[in-house]
Amino acid sequence: MLSVTDINVYYGAIHALKGVSFHVEEGEIVSLIGANGAGKTTAMHTVSGLLRSRTGDIRFLGQSIAKTEPHKIVRMGLAQVPEGRRVFASLTVEENLEMGAFIRSAKDKAGIAEDLEMVFARFPRLKERRRQQAGTLSGGEQQMLAIGRALMSRPKMLLLDEPSMGLSPILVQEIFDCIRNVNKGGTTVLLVEQNAKMALSVSSRAYVLETGVNVLEGKAGDLLDNEQVRRAYLGA
Amino acid sequence: MDFFTQLLNGLGLGSIYALIALGYSMVYGIVQLINFAHGDIIMVGGYAIYVALSMAGMPLWLAVLVPIVVCALAGVLIERLAYQRLLTHNAERISLLITALGVSIFLQNLFMLVFGSEAKTVPPMFGSNSVELGGLSVASSTLINIVVSVVMMVILQLLVNRTKIGKAMQATSEDAGAAKLMGINTKNIIMLTFAVGSILAAVGAVLYCNTYPQIRPTMGNLLGLKAFVAAVLGGIGSIPGAMLGGYLLGVLEQLTKAYITTEVTDAVVFAILIVVLLVRPAGLMGRNRKEKV
Repeated sequence: MLSVTDINVYYGAIHALKGVSFHVEEGEIVSLIGANGAGKTTAMHTVSGLLRSRTGDIRFLGQSIAKTEPHKIVRMGLAQVPEGRRVFASLTVEENLEMGAFIRSAKDKAGIAEDLEMVFARFPRLKERRRQQAGTLSGGEQQMLAIGRALMSRPKMLLLDEPSMGLSPILVQEIFDCIRNVNKGGTTVLLVEQNAKMALSVSSRAYVLETGVNVLEGKAGDLLDNEQVRRAYLGA
Repeated sequence: MDFFTQLLNGLGLGSIYALIALGYSMVYGIVQLINFAHGDIIMVGGYAIYVALSMAGMPLWLAVLVPIVVCALAGVLIERLAYQRLLTHNAERISLLITALGVSIFLQNLFMLVFGSEAKTVPPMFGSNSVELGGLSVASSTLINIVVSVVMMVILQLLVNRTKIGKAMQATSEDAGAAKLMGINTKNIIMLTFAVGSILAAVGAVLYCNTYPQIRPTMGNLLGLKAFVAAVLGGIGSIPGAMLGGYLLGVLEQLTKAYITTEVTDAVVFAILIVVLLVRPAGLMGRNRKEKV
């Protein structure tokens, strides 16, 4: 569904991704794990078109998106929940969700309303706060809103960047349950996480990034048992 | 009673500042650029109405549409030609600022070349009778200014807060990267913002010419600067702030003229700016970007 081949991305003089490749098949949950600064977020931004690779190719549903503008990539069915949530703080919860459905035609009012209810059913707390400004929500609620907002575009594939960041263990569990549910509903998921244990527990496969280079890849279960991964990321 | 007359006159003048200030504020809110060429858009609007009325001899109802179309096009063209590449390549803020100053100088010289540097007189538009209002005698232009500016602001508020495209403008202004991830074409939103700001300036230009029918290529300098002060006073980036700043500035200016002296008006205006910024650096209604993490 998504294949990223040999991408090299620079921030000015900094070579952030050095020939990274990975792929995600339809229906999978795949994680990119690695320490801070490994290039995980850079990879996500490059897939979404916010950053450009100097080499290689990115293909989504068989089409190259390496030079496609970000808003067109969303229209193709690839949505991202960015690192740090990045909800629109001065807009209300409901307006944020409305922005998530931006690419959908105004004629699809019924469909949008239905999906709004679906998001509210998934996260009842958002429904209680639908008229509240998003900036006043707690971190966990903002994360729920960011996920709900991305789902409002009815994506074929969802990119999630550090959804567990700064959340309590109970909330992390809740968010990961939700990710699993979304995937069961037919949405393919690419997950970036520092919380490797949690990420590997929901994923089918994973890639390990280290300072901009792919160092390992494999089935999530195998990586959980891998000595190198355990020492570096699982604290065991 | 005289005080209330002065207050109304001040609001009339402030209406023009407010309309222009909105353009500064909206553009700043969306691309963090102080568009110093915005003042010259008023000048462009002034010449557009002059050409439409004096040279083309259009009927008034048609002539007032000319500056609106011309300014919207000018705003979009300036954004497209001068700023867009700098914005997409994340150029330094200072480069953008210098470019804006360059555009301003270019426009003034272009109009000097075409129309000459001497002042032109715009033909009377909406009449200049005095109106009796609750025992006060007020110029009709003052009332027109106030009414038109209020109507424009209501329309703007509805556009920004009630429509999908308006909310996309807010989203882009808050976090352009996240807006792109929603599928919003932020380039178009930025162009639209320039167009809307320029249309408001065009309306301001028509009101200005109706109130003070003299135009010259450099008229945008002081007018633009004062509107900029109004935008900063109200809190740049904030739409209600720009309106408040505009009205406040107009009233203060008028009261200074009436009760102190005309000579120090501009000094008072800029002194107020300095004091307000010392006390409230974000302006009176500056956006409070507190976010919970």
